[in-house]
Amino acid sequence: MNNVMIDTGNYIAAKAAVMTQPDVVAAYPITPQTTLVEGIAKYHETGEFKGEYICVESEHSAMAACIGASATGVRTFTGTSSHGLLLMHEMLHWAALARLPVIMCNINRVVGPGWNIWADENDSISQRDTGWIQFYCSSNQEIFDTIIQSFKLGEHEKVSLPVMINYNAFILSHTSMPVHIPTQKEINDFLPKRKPLWNLDINNPITFGNIILPPEYEKVRKEMQESQENAKKLIKEISKEWKNKFGRYHGDLLELYECEDAEYILLSMGAIGAESKVAINNLRKKGLKIGLARVRTFRPFPKEEILKISKNSDLIVIDRNISIGMEGALFSEIKASLYGKSDSKVYGFISGLGGKDVTFQDIEKMCEKVINGKANDLEWYGLEGV
Amino acid sequence: MAIKEIPTEEYYLPGSAACPGCPATMALRIVFKAIGKKMIMIVPACCTAVIESLHPNTSFNIPTMNIAFEAAAAGASGVEAALRKQGKDDITVVAWAGDGGTYDIGIQALSGALERNTNFIYICYNNQIYSNTGIQRSGATPKYAAWTTTTVGGKTEYRKEMGEIIQAHHIPYAAQACISYPEDLYKKIKKAKEIKGPKYIEIMAPCPPGWRFGMEKTVEMGTLSVETGAWALYEYENDEIKFNGISKLLLEEKINPKPIEDWIKFQGRFRHLFIPKKDVKKLKEIQDHTNLIWKRYRKCYL
Repeated sequence: MNNVMIDTGNYIAAKAAVMTQPDVVAAYPITPQTTLVEGIAKYHETGEFKGEYICVESEHSAMAACIGASATGVRTFTGTSSHGLLLMHEMLHWAALARLPVIMCNINRVVGPGWNIWADENDSISQRDTGWIQFYCSSNQEIFDTIIQSFKLGEHEKVSLPVMINYNAFILSHTSMPVHIPTQKEINDFLPKRKPLWNLDINNPITFGNIILPPEYEKVRKEMQESQENAKKLIKEISKEWKNKFGRYHGDLLELYECEDAEYILLSMGAIGAESKVAINNLRKKGLKIGLARVRTFRPFPKEEILKISKNSDLIVIDRNISIGMEGALFSEIKASLYGKSDSKVYGFISGLGGKDVTFQDIEKMCEKVINGKANDLEWYGLEGV
Repeated sequence: MAIKEIPTEEYYLPGSAACPGCPATMALRIVFKAIGKKMIMIVPACCTAVIESLHPNTSFNIPTMNIAFEAAAAGASGVEAALRKQGKDDITVVAWAGDGGTYDIGIQALSGALERNTNFIYICYNNQIYSNTGIQRSGATPKYAAWTTTTVGGKTEYRKEMGEIIQAHHIPYAAQACISYPEDLYKKIKKAKEIKGPKYIEIMAPCPPGWRFGMEKTVEMGTLSVETGAWALYEYENDEIKFNGISKLLLEEKINPKPIEDWIKFQGRFRHLFIPKKDVKKLKEIQDHTNLIWKRYRKCYL
């Protein structure tokens, strides 16, 4: 079976979502997510998507409707971006605390003002603590494969958490690439039917979400944390299963590239992660011992895996986001993962905010600055006057 | 109909955490009886989130999900779509929200769900105040009613006419009811259950701590709200309004309304209109405004 579809990240995501046969999709348009929901609407018209499609009046309602649908025990999907994701914020917490595995694509876009529709990861990074699992993709094939895998992961009884599949605005959402598409039967064989933890059922009436006292609430939070830990193990198993079935592998929590003998390891996410491979190839040609660990899951965070690769390497981190008043979020998380357990140095760069292009040449320059001993702990790369 | 025709099955169970004299509990009991066990309810932030009782207990024998303040109608849209996909068309989806969650923070999601022709019943129990947060003004609070964040004088604005906003959506069925007329409420819910598409029912629910009257007076406050014309009972069907009960007699001028003062003098929230001395000017303004509303009702609906 070798069906290749050449299309943009959004249309590929629509195809993947429809092939998981969700029962309810509720969505609201926002650039650059629009072609994703248009794609699903098209499949709805042609009958390829047989679920219910609710054109809600806001992203807040999109997530609320997915929560309502998911609470009846069915499969749900939505997509958004930037301000849409921020408007959902309250309901993101709600979905996770209710243990409802809503699956959502978020197309990473700049947060205004001023209005800017290009790639930047501050939208999803600022949803870090909502309890959602977060993937960051670097190619259209990875978007397709990760969406299918996310349903299996999120709906797994040991996880039961919502999953956000992130990919960069335009760089992926509106760029066509060839993508291998399995048959519907192959997807059905891979993806079991959802077995909900709880659901709204007239034959077993329960009241969900009423007032809860501190000890019980704390238990809920602890269980969510355990589920994210379970997800770490399951992400590895599911990506291995996918590799065995379909021959494709994008890494699990991390994607490691040329790391074996590396003295320096570059860590980045999303589209910069893909561009980084080209940079690594060029730096290797110059004789530099450098590798790449592309971070695929920001939550659960691969702290054990990062500690492991830091044993013989210093780390270089590129963030397409900033936690204002501190530093890049990935940079912070990586340092926290190493604290007290590793002597490796960690260097952080902020780059590509507001959708500014980050090319392999830029990445090479950042790495060489570190290797030549000229980098400060935190650098703004390419910003005029810095 | 006679009260004995209302089913004896109870889906509203003992052990609720409601205040004594709570009008929402009276309404819920009737709503549950009218719809029966084939029902799923979505509840946003409101007193009912307390009334349900504490996790892991419940006072509802109906599958119920709590959702965020502004999200009742959107959550219900999702439940309804999912049930339709599963072929479970015989289950009635009910969104049950207070006036704050309906008139104010939830109006966008409500309007959207009505416009999308969602097959559900949205019920607003209107106690004219944010009770659950400790008595703050809402879009449903009448002019001059005091709340905890006012100094003397009370609210300076009139309340919204939510019913008319609902009618602008041209939905198949809407109605106004009151906890003091359980047979009327029962009939309206029952009727809504049989109609496909979006239904909106608003229930006047006088709140003892919110309005500051004795807990034994809840039903009396409801009756007086209708008899004075502060609240109207009607049904809206196929773009036509039919007033019913005492409100019909008032509309047709077959009886005279009781003076509005008869209703508000029992309520502590209007006490500043009587103490230290009667504020005749403001009382007249409230009466004149009520008369004006009924004048318009007659022009539009007679």
